[in-house]
Amino acid sequence: MSVLKVEESPTTGDQTINNYTINFGPQHPAAHGVLRLVMELDGEIIERIDPHVGLLHRGTEKLIETKTYLQALPYFDRLDYCSPMCMEHSYVLAVEKLLNIEVPLRAQYLRVLFAELTRIKNHMLNIGAHVMDVGAMTPNLWVFELREDLMGFYERASGARMHAAWFRPGGVHQDVPEKLLVDIGHWVDTRLPELFGDAMSLVLDNRIFKQRNVDIAVVSKQDALAWGFSGPMIRAAGIPWDLRKSQPYDVYDRMEFDIPVGTNSDCYDRFMVRVKEVYESAKIIKQCLAQLPAGPIASEDRKVAPPPRAEMKQSMEALIHHFKLYTEGFHVPAGEVYVATESPKGEFGVYLVSDGTNKPYRCKIRPTAFSHLQAMEFMSKGHMLPDATAILGAIDVVFGECDR
Amino acid sequence: MSSVLHSAPRYEASEAMLDELSQAMGGDLLDARRAHGELLFNVRRDSIEAVLRTLRDEHGYQQLMEIAGVDYPARAERFEIVYMLLSVTANRRIMVKVRTDEATPVPTVTTLWPNAGWLEREVFDLFGVVFAGNTDLRRILTDYGFEGHPFRKDFPLTGYVELRYSEDEKRVVYEPVKLAQDLRQFDFLSPWEGADYPLPGDEKGSTAPVAEVKTTEKQIQTGAGPATDKKAAEHVATAGGATTTPGQGGAEPVPVATSVDEPGAPDPTEDRPDRSPRRGSTADTPPATQPEEKDS
Repeated sequence: MSVLKVEESPTTGDQTINNYTINFGPQHPAAHGVLRLVMELDGEIIERIDPHVGLLHRGTEKLIETKTYLQALPYFDRLDYCSPMCMEHSYVLAVEKLLNIEVPLRAQYLRVLFAELTRIKNHMLNIGAHVMDVGAMTPNLWVFELREDLMGFYERASGARMHAAWFRPGGVHQDVPEKLLVDIGHWVDTRLPELFGDAMSLVLDNRIFKQRNVDIAVVSKQDALAWGFSGPMIRAAGIPWDLRKSQPYDVYDRMEFDIPVGTNSDCYDRFMVRVKEVYESAKIIKQCLAQLPAGPIASEDRKVAPPPRAEMKQSMEALIHHFKLYTEGFHVPAGEVYVATESPKGEFGVYLVSDGTNKPYRCKIRPTAFSHLQAMEFMSKGHMLPDATAILGAIDVVFGECDR
Repeated sequence: MSSVLHSAPRYEASEAMLDELSQAMGGDLLDARRAHGELLFNVRRDSIEAVLRTLRDEHGYQQLMEIAGVDYPARAERFEIVYMLLSVTANRRIMVKVRTDEATPVPTVTTLWPNAGWLEREVFDLFGVVFAGNTDLRRILTDYGFEGHPFRKDFPLTGYVELRYSEDEKRVVYEPVKLAQDLRQFDFLSPWEGADYPLPGDEKGSTAPVAEVKTTEKQIQTGAGPATDKKAAEHVATAGGATTTPGQGGAEPVPVATSVDEPGAPDPTEDRPDRSPRRGSTADTPPATQPEEKDS
């Protein structure tokens, strides 16, 4: 942080009050990426914050316009790189809504299973980063162990640790090995509660952690609605709003889980909502594993989902379908949809406009962080400078998604 | 609409809702439709703030989730601004649209939702649509000092400038984009689906249709008949003979003798017995994968 300018305020009495304008970021360990905050401080009290975003803007939406629907999919992994499959989820559902195709039940279960693993994966990063932002070191290292396990599950399902590109329009790319499901079940039963419980036992009742988070950045229900909050941010404000419950997609309507809500709407509540969500996700994962039916993992519509490799060795038709899908792609009927799912950070939406060709005409991505980060100024006004890191940690912002 | 097969988020978007909201918008509504399970309302640009205020205060659409810009260069008013509203009490979503062009400002909705500020800044930055009444209409996603509005359809994907660190000047410099290879764009529109331009190699296809269409309805049109039979009976080459008909073959190839001494095929390679054998103890190197033999 460098001091940009020191301007002298009018003196009151014989005291001199200096208002500092400082630059937080763009490279700062607590900025969770490339965020520049221009802060005006009165001593150590934040008077004004002007967040400068867009330093990671890559023009994803413009790039998607020049790619086929299938080629556009991997860009979504790179938006919120902490929860890749949840980003894909919105996109594949938007494409499927335009196509109006049926997804086999096993694929829907697998998607929900991995969306919830992704939720845990995301919360592991955020919870760890949040406690580290306010001074704790050990819990972060422990929850990163769990994140590493989840990366392993990702790899065993899709072949990639982070950028999976595993959800596809019409289903998922590949079936999972039986042993992976067994291992996930074992992991959810033993390793997750043990390690996560240990890590949280260091934090939840910790005096320093509470001093840094309780009563910081209190947002009323009205403000949370007006500022377009979603996800853990709106739930911490006491509004039990969860798209998985209210507008269920895939097989979320078959799952039994609770929506944790906050009571005080401060940074501590936001943190606690995420902690509780990890256990709720574990419940959903167990239900998915118990109910997972056998069957195909992608749509049988060969105009959308590719044929199995073995079939291509025998069938000319399958070979043609495969060739057409991976060169021209599939054509999507003209129309426009806005599909929003509950990503770990909140409502992640995709507004997809199709003109009937094989490429999206426009793909607008609704990032969760845009609304939350915008509220940063009013949330941190009157708080101390070190509270800004706690507020930022509780927002759970990732710039790949915010800047697109 | 046919039955819902997809598994995208399920919420109510019925014809009854469409009628109710259309009535509420009254004269401000241009058209309303329900497609793909979404409700879309086209409203007059000048009354967007009033319409959204009615929706927020009287119909319970508390949240503005997103403002999206879309560019349709062929239209007179080329930009569409789409407002996504969400009702957390009624659990519904709708989309409200206005149209505008480069010059005409759209009334701001920051008076209704504070988070509209950044969303409008984004549309301004990427499309160049001006929002009247937004007091903080700065660029948001693009670089400091960026020129142009990159998400317009006439803005090239590669942009106009690229930047690099210059070792000479010891700073980052901006330069016009230089591409080693043009960006390749493949057009997959098939001629059966309405590509109305000459396809490469198919320039004749776009010329005017012929006066008389060729058919094979009568025998004469197929080319069959006595004249063809007679022609087919002609022998063009004697089988097995030495004569050939140019272009038709049918006989043995005739070697052509020339006076030039043409080189033949090279001799097969031979081993060189006059070469002395390799000296040293490692005359026969063991393969890398051969296991080492250990002395017992």
